[in-house]
Amino acid sequence: MPIVILDTALHPKQLLDEHQQHLDTLHGQGSYGALATFVGTMRDSNEGDEVKAMRLEHYPEMTEKQLANIVSTAAERWPLIDSLVAHRVGLILPGEPIVLTAVWSKHRAAAFDACRYLMEALKTDATFWKKETLANDKERWVEKNTPGYSS
Amino acid sequence: MTIKVKFFATLRENLKIDQVDVAADEAGDVVDVWRLATGGADMPEHVLCSVNLEHMPPDTRVKEGDEIAFFPPVTGG
Repeated sequence: MPIVILDTALHPKQLLDEHQQHLDTLHGQGSYGALATFVGTMRDSNEGDEVKAMRLEHYPEMTEKQLANIVSTAAERWPLIDSLVAHRVGLILPGEPIVLTAVWSKHRAAAFDACRYLMEALKTDATFWKKETLANDKERWVEKNTPGYSS
Repeated sequence: MTIKVKFFATLRENLKIDQVDVAADEAGDVVDVWRLATGGADMPEHVLCSVNLEHMPPDTRVKEGDEIAFFPPVTGG
């Protein structure tokens, strides 16, 4: 159940491929029937303003502990084969991936539900803070997350 | 005989404090730790706190060797 915090570029496909190979070696090919993934990327706008860069700060020890708690809870709630959480810190530019959550399981229900849980719990509990740089070079902290559910 | 206190994001910038130690025998709960660490600054609305890397309410009791952190609502993901 890897947790990866990166201060350099996050490449979701590469991380997924690498972990997939690890799981195939560990459990054998065909051991899972579902892989659900979510990738969050940086937008070039927020609250009506153009955003040209973002810096992600975190509380390293607490971030790791909270993410470990979240991953453990998911493993208790759903029959998962494995999960993977990766998150960027530092300087991020529009279009770059910020976060990856991935869940492998035998059937899709657990994969979909656990992947969603990982992402929403991360949004609530993991100690990251975003500071945006706008097109006019003004900086501002992002004050709150958008809702995770559409209704 | 101290408690380690950390501030993050807007709180760190506004208070101009990154990390400070306070005397454990003067602090009963997390609110006391805030007062001691900030010199009595008003605690902004919506401040969150942690005790030893877990989210905890401000009336949580503290003890020597604890690590307390104060921060605004998280915005990761």
